Amino acid sequence: MVMPITYYLALSCALFAIGVIGVLIRRNAIIIFMCIEMMLNAVNLSLVAFSDYYKAIDGQMLVFFVMVVAAAEVAVGLALIYVIFRNKGTVYVDELNIMKW
Amino acid sequence: MINYIWLVPVFPLIGFLINGLFGKRMSKHTVSIVGPGSVGLSFAWVLGVFWEYINLPANAKPVEVVIYNWITAGTFNAQAAFLVDPLSLVMLMVVSGVGFLIHIYSVGYMHDDPGFARFFSYLNLFIVNMLILVMANNFLLMFVGWEGVGLCSYLLIGYWYEKQSASDAGKKAFVVNRIGDFGFLVGIFLIFWTFGTVNFREVFGQAAGYPVGDAIITIITLCLFVGATGKSAQIPLYTWLPDAMEGPTPVSALIHAATMVTAGVYMVARCSALYVMAPVSMTVVAVVGLGTAILAASIGLAQNDIKRVLAYSTVSQLGYMFLACGVGAFVAGIFHLMTHAFFKALLFLGSGSVIHGMHGEQDMRKMGYLKGKMPITYAVMLVGTLAIAGIFPFAGFFSKDEILFKALVDGHVGYWAIASLGALMTAFYMFRLIFMTFYGEKRWDPHVHPHESPPVMTIPLIILAILSAVGGFVGIPLLHGWNVFHEFLSPSIAHVAGPEVHHAMSFELIMMFVSMGVAGVGIFLAYKFYIKQPELPEQVTAKVPGVYDLIYNKYYVDELYDATVVEPIRNGSVFLWKEADSKVVDGAINGTASLVERLSAIIRKLETGYVQNYALGILIGVAVITGYYLGR
Repeated sequence: MVMPITYYLALSCALFAIGVIGVLIRRNAIIIFMCIEMMLNAVNLSLVAFSDYYKAIDGQMLVFFVMVVAAAEVAVGLALIYVIFRNKGTVYVDELNIMKW
Repeated sequence: MINYIWLVPVFPLIGFLINGLFGKRMSKHTVSIVGPGSVGLSFAWVLGVFWEYINLPANAKPVEVVIYNWITAGTFNAQAAFLVDPLSLVMLMVVSGVGFLIHIYSVGYMHDDPGFARFFSYLNLFIVNMLILVMANNFLLMFVGWEGVGLCSYLLIGYWYEKQSASDAGKKAFVVNRIGDFGFLVGIFLIFWTFGTVNFREVFGQAAGYPVGDAIITIITLCLFVGATGKSAQIPLYTWLPDAMEGPTPVSALIHAATMVTAGVYMVARCSALYVMAPVSMTVVAVVGLGTAILAASIGLAQNDIKRVLAYSTVSQLGYMFLACGVGAFVAGIFHLMTHAFFKALLFLGSGSVIHGMHGEQDMRKMGYLKGKMPITYAVMLVGTLAIAGIFPFAGFFSKDEILFKALVDGHVGYWAIASLGALMTAFYMFRLIFMTFYGEKRWDPHVHPHESPPVMTIPLIILAILSAVGGFVGIPLLHGWNVFHEFLSPSIAHVAGPEVHHAMSFELIMMFVSMGVAGVGIFLAYKFYIKQPELPEQVTAKVPGVYDLIYNKYYVDELYDATVVEPIRNGSVFLWKEADSKVVDGAINGTASLVERLSAIIRKLETGYVQNYALGILIGVAVITGYYLGR
């Protein structure tokens, strides 16, 4: 049985929404980071779904790129969070408002 | 050698760079070889060029050596090119020769000064600019040298910049010179506007086609003369020169007596072709020169600072040179310029030797009886004084007599009478200087032990003394064909139109005896006042206290300028500063800034600094844009 594409897209949409809400409301930078990853993967899911639907390989290629970039981003992002924790003693974003002058 | 004439200013330029850049790390010995040595090379080169020039065939003269096209814009063209003709050669020899001697002298005079290398680098830079000034083949390049010597004059007057009076004097000289420079610049603009070129030979060639007394040429020459009054310290811009004596004495000798201040005379002589077309300007030049000569001479009568007497004497002698130019005797003016360079450099350096021996004392009232202590200085000063007083056969006699004679025959009996009165005063104040300094009783402080200067200072003095003694013989009057100087210079100088007047030799001879007699009276009076009856000066001043005060205070000209020019300008500037600048200009800028600040304080509240608020903003933005496209 072939699942209709709607299901995939609904799941992708739900994952993305959860990610967005997580980014907006969670205080812990690690969790926010994980939520960003979740948004990326939601997009990956829809790309794969469309790739299968149109029988085109392009979508899957793009997914690999996204995954590579995401891996690099994790390496940088975790390092940043680690350094912030060492300097400030916290990773709660509401306690980090040094962007304001 | 003539094709490599550009080496002449390049030698001292190299000296300037070496001393200026590395002087602090070099020993005094090296500095004192590089500084005078570079000027010595220039002098040697000039002599070579001179020899080559006089052996050139007549049709090859004058020589113009083009180095490169400096400025070309539209029809305007100015070359970096040097003009080698008799006038520039005479100036070159005076500048580099006297400059070389003064450099050597400075080695001794400035020996204990901490700024030794700085001093020599400035002096070298001055020589560079002065050489450019006299060699330029167009007005613009001349102006470069003109400004350059002004800068060096400023730097050297304020050489001891830690002294308030020295830095003030430097500023004064610079500002007063700027007034003159403005006139000079306007003159150059008018020349380009009228003739379409700034090249000397083209301008003079075209000017010959204008009618005598043409208005535009009169205006041009008057503007140029304003420049000359600034640089050569004539009425009304002479007040900076006496103050310039704040600089070291070799500077006074080189810049403020022998060379730079004569730039104005040189310029007028160079532009003789223009001046002869403008009789009105000639009269102005003659009257201003005459007025300056007599005014400065009278001030010199009552000064007690040895250098100030010489400074006023310089102003006065420059007046004579302008008088000569004004009556059309440009050659006589240049002749006096040359002999004056010799004897006035000698007198200044001699006074420097006195000051050196007296440990910095400049007040003649605290000198006296130095004849036996400084025999060489005394002897050379006496030669210089006889020269400036115009006693046969010293150099000043020939040149001053020629000026007086020309003033009588080409000018006006009044000119002659006033100029002779000035000559009398010159003889008086110069012998007053000699008598007060070298004769009479000891008036020094007990801890001063006067001594003769070292040979490095006295040898240049002796050379200059020889030049002052015999330098006049290049221009022997009376016999035609004997006046070598006149014949050499005449190709460079334009003549006033009119028939050549020949005078009986007996007339010239009589006038010579008259001018000698005038000088003799001055010397006799000085002798009576300061040797025979030393109480006489006080009796005389007591009789006419008003006149004495007036002269002693230099006719209050400085005070007059302060009250009429300096103070109003200062008050106006303070008003503009406090009202226009602080309130209007600064107010507008500060107002704009504070308006922006206040507005942004409102918007700033949006910037919370929390990352999530910004993320929310991005999300809303995405939603709005997406919603817009979807709902369309």
